[in-house]
Amino acid sequence: MAAKRAERLVNLVIALLSTRQYVTAARIRATVPGYESDDGSERADEAFKRMFERDKADLREMGVPLETGRTSAFDTEDGYRIARADYELPEIRLTGEEAAAVGLALRLWESAQMAGAAHGALVKLKAAGIDVDSARAIPLQPRLDGGEPAFEPCYAAARDRRALTFDYQRPDEDVPGRRRVQPWGVVAWHGRWYLVGHDLDRGAERVFRLSRVVGMPKASGPAGAFEPPADLDLAVVVAGQVGGTEHVVVVRARPGTAIGLRRHATPLGPEAGATDSDDDRLQLRTTEPGRLADQIAAYGADVLVESPAEIRDAVISRLTRLAAMGERA
Amino acid sequence: MTAAGTTDRMTRLLALVPYLTARPEGVRVAEVARDFGVSERQVRSDLELLWMCGLPGYGPGDLIDLSFEGNRVRVTFTAGMVRPLRLTTDEAVALVVALRTLLELPGLAEREAVSRALAKVSAAAGHAADRITPVAVSVDAREEALAVVREGLERKRALHLTYYVPARDERTERTVDPMRLLLVDGRWYLEAWCRQAEGVRLFRLDRVDDVTVLDERAAPPPQAHERDVDNGVYQPEPDATAVRLRLDRGARWVADYYPVESVAAVDDPPGGLAVTLRTGDPAWARRLVASLGGAARVDEPAGLAAEVAADARAALARYRAQSQPAPSNAG
Repeated sequence: MAAKRAERLVNLVIALLSTRQYVTAARIRATVPGYESDDGSERADEAFKRMFERDKADLREMGVPLETGRTSAFDTEDGYRIARADYELPEIRLTGEEAAAVGLALRLWESAQMAGAAHGALVKLKAAGIDVDSARAIPLQPRLDGGEPAFEPCYAAARDRRALTFDYQRPDEDVPGRRRVQPWGVVAWHGRWYLVGHDLDRGAERVFRLSRVVGMPKASGPAGAFEPPADLDLAVVVAGQVGGTEHVVVVRARPGTAIGLRRHATPLGPEAGATDSDDDRLQLRTTEPGRLADQIAAYGADVLVESPAEIRDAVISRLTRLAAMGERA
Repeated sequence: MTAAGTTDRMTRLLALVPYLTARPEGVRVAEVARDFGVSERQVRSDLELLWMCGLPGYGPGDLIDLSFEGNRVRVTFTAGMVRPLRLTTDEAVALVVALRTLLELPGLAEREAVSRALAKVSAAAGHAADRITPVAVSVDAREEALAVVREGLERKRALHLTYYVPARDERTERTVDPMRLLLVDGRWYLEAWCRQAEGVRLFRLDRVDDVTVLDERAAPPPQAHERDVDNGVYQPEPDATAVRLRLDRGARWVADYYPVESVAAVDDPPGGLAVTLRTGDPAWARRLVASLGGAARVDEPAGLAAEVAADARAALARYRAQSQPAPSNAG
């Protein structure tokens, strides 16, 4: 930022903080250095107006609570002031341990989406006299990946509660489909980012993978256009949508094979009227039968499905397609 | 999260005088620079600018006054800038979400402190923190391994790991010298020097089947450097084999699930994608192709398709040989 402009903005903040009276634009122009002075010309008036409008917008954007109003009924135009109580960060005292926790927590955003906001918070806490320091080294590095361009517009729309429109590429569809959503929030869940919201066209709660959003989502309409459910827990919504009904599957695995399945399996005893096979019988539970069938098929002859028949059939049909690959090759 | 340049400098300019006010004994310029994450030169330029600012009137008694003693700077007149500006909604969200994420971590010794910090920060953030936070980071909290790994790190002890390697579908036993824990997008990794592999490795904690703290001291050798994970945790070895696949529509998810080197749309299969992946492990490629159940055709390496098909035929033969007849409509 140009030094002149920064200087003007700092002076404007100090001037408006130092008064309880509302100060008119004309008065600001006459006192705060850096504004186009009043030489009576329309050009100078216009220049001042533009400059002042931009300054007000920037201060508000930064969170400076700029008030508009009149000090007395005799005032002929609105003036401006900054109420100190609204401007200042309230008193906050943290112990060394608590300050270290804050320092550690903020590292979560290092190089991630909210890095700028996290840095701003850090600067303000330090300015409040808190020594947020990572000197008390905790050998832990929380972080989030920064490479999700849809994060910012989705987050901003959820924060402001504005409707959001974006193109979404489902992997099983040829072209992206347009979605109109009331965004409730953005969640990192099991290493991936999701947008949770109310899909306006489907009239239902939906979860979207941010990496499948094509192009930049656009917010539209007024802020505060909707209210997310009061008991909303973003992570629970994502977990619920990704999950589903649980299927119990029994498989037979050759001894010493299928380690990946065994890690989440319950060993079962041999079948009543056991066969001559020395296979281990395992019980698996899944909410994604298709994925389990994929996984079992990849174990080839090492794992056979005993029950249920749907999963057994699903695996056999995968194997049949795989066997045909050899013929083409 | 506005135009970064403008906001960053203004945030700093409005914070500098309160920062110095809170430290009446004075602060070294180098320390100010470190605390604000900028160069000393930038700090000096900011201070010079502030020196020109002050209360209306802008006479000698109205301007912000700073005094330099050697390398230390103190504020002697604040012009009323005594407290920093309130947190913006974004700042409050960043702070609150980060602390909540820490609270979710199992076995965190600093839990009490985090919890108190969260309460104090929320109170200071006021209405900005009252609303439902539009961001959450869900942490896999069932990691029993985490507490043990942390103990190893804190006591600087070597660890014995039983680690599942999905590419080879095997459990491996190894002794490692732990270096740090990483939480990347809600997933835990231990970065450690692996004595068997003689290299730095990232171990995903959900693949650690067993871990014990050894009596031996952790001693990562000098060549053990922390990896830069800014470009993702998965870094293929340079000499890895290229696996080129053509994915059916139904298998296109592979392109956003695995780190692919290249992706291109193709007409055969209709609506398909051609992808190139790199792996040092042929068994992984075979498992991947088999798990796609025929929805991926193999262009490279030669022989991979035939191997997968042979495995599948062997499996079908076993189903047929079973006492229960396989359903005739299969396939």
